[in-house]
Amino acid sequence: MGERIDARGLSCPQPVLLTLNEMKKVNKGEIVILVDTDTSKENVSRAATTQGWNVKSIEPEGIGYRITVSKE
Amino acid sequence: MNTFKNFFASRLGIISAGVFVGIFAPLLQKWGNPGNMGICVACMERDIAGALGLHRAAVVQYIRPEIIGFVLGALIAALLFKEFRPRGGSSPLIRFFLGFFAMIGALVFLGCPWRALLRLAGGDGNAILGLLGLIAGIWIGVLFLKSGYSLGRSQKEKIFSGWVFPIAMIALFLLLIFSPQFGRTPEGQPTGPIFFSQKGPGSQHAPILISLLIGLCVGFLAQRTRLCTMGAIRDVILIRSTHLLSGVLGIVIAAFFVNLILGQFKAGFSNQPIAHTNHLWNFLGMTLAGLAFALAGGCPGRQLFLSGEGDGDAGIFATGMIVGAGFSHNFSMASSPSGPGAYGPIAVIIGLLFCIVIGFTMREKLT
Repeated sequence: MGERIDARGLSCPQPVLLTLNEMKKVNKGEIVILVDTDTSKENVSRAATTQGWNVKSIEPEGIGYRITVSKE
Repeated sequence: MNTFKNFFASRLGIISAGVFVGIFAPLLQKWGNPGNMGICVACMERDIAGALGLHRAAVVQYIRPEIIGFVLGALIAALLFKEFRPRGGSSPLIRFFLGFFAMIGALVFLGCPWRALLRLAGGDGNAILGLLGLIAGIWIGVLFLKSGYSLGRSQKEKIFSGWVFPIAMIALFLLLIFSPQFGRTPEGQPTGPIFFSQKGPGSQHAPILISLLIGLCVGFLAQRTRLCTMGAIRDVILIRSTHLLSGVLGIVIAAFFVNLILGQFKAGFSNQPIAHTNHLWNFLGMTLAGLAFALAGGCPGRQLFLSGEGDGDAGIFATGMIVGAGFSHNFSMASSPSGPGAYGPIAVIIGLLFCIVIGFTMREKLT
């Protein structure tokens, strides 16, 4: 179980910013991000991929999604 | 459905949405809309404010069906793809005033970011100053975002709250169709409540159904692809992402070629349609608008598309813009082709101060 970011209810671009900050901090491993809109889901996944992280899974959770990204 | 979803989320998807706007905005001009104003969210909301009697500038009063279409098209897309999600409560009053001042800035330049792009694609050199101002404003917004600026989380709301803004748009459409008149003054002037320009930009419009249909398509595509002119610039500065920017470039390039084909391209600074040549206030007007958009998380178009998918905070921003348009004309803050209004410059300075105070004071420890 990696770091967890709760980005639910936050508007663009904060979910992405929080994710990028966390990536810089931990450098590698696994991060779980909770988002509540499809826009945030797409933006976070896209940002993760461009940073060289792997989107491991996207699962529905509550009214939003739980995104798991990882980097070796 | 998933194939569609993936296409719209792709770079090709957002370029297609941009190209669609770039083709149909100049065509809307050809079919009747004012010069370089095939689509302009700020101008069109200003015309709506005038039609409702919120300001009495007789030349800019019309209920623009494109705006109605933007919201309802986004609503249809959100319902179809199960993204209709009523939410709100993220500093609504601040968002109202961000919308208010964004409109004041946009009307000093004479256009929203969409129209700035369309003006550029029509050869209007003044748009360059506006776009530079927009970039400057967004850049300031990015500095605030980097230092922890946030208007706080929105909360899930009851289903009906997401329907309020779309229903208001349907009501506007009915007012457009029936345009009720309660009487005339002794001089024979209509007393409202709905006013339509007899001359000037407000009297120039494409046929209602064409405007509405194109608005619906733009709303649908933009909701799917998240097209946002402010976000395009912000993402390049903030996270070096060119995804949204490719949609914006799609608008400019497509509109440029369509303008050439239609004979609507005219390069230069002077005598451009509904534009003035005061470089300083073209720049600073859009600096204010760009900063307000960045602090509110979306350009005026994006705010309408979000309103369609149930985002009440975006609906408040759009309402603030419409009210701001009323004040802008009533208080002589809006520009005209002869230059900035008497109180436009001071209003821009007050607006910038407001945004800077908001940027410094709205911070939240999120993690």
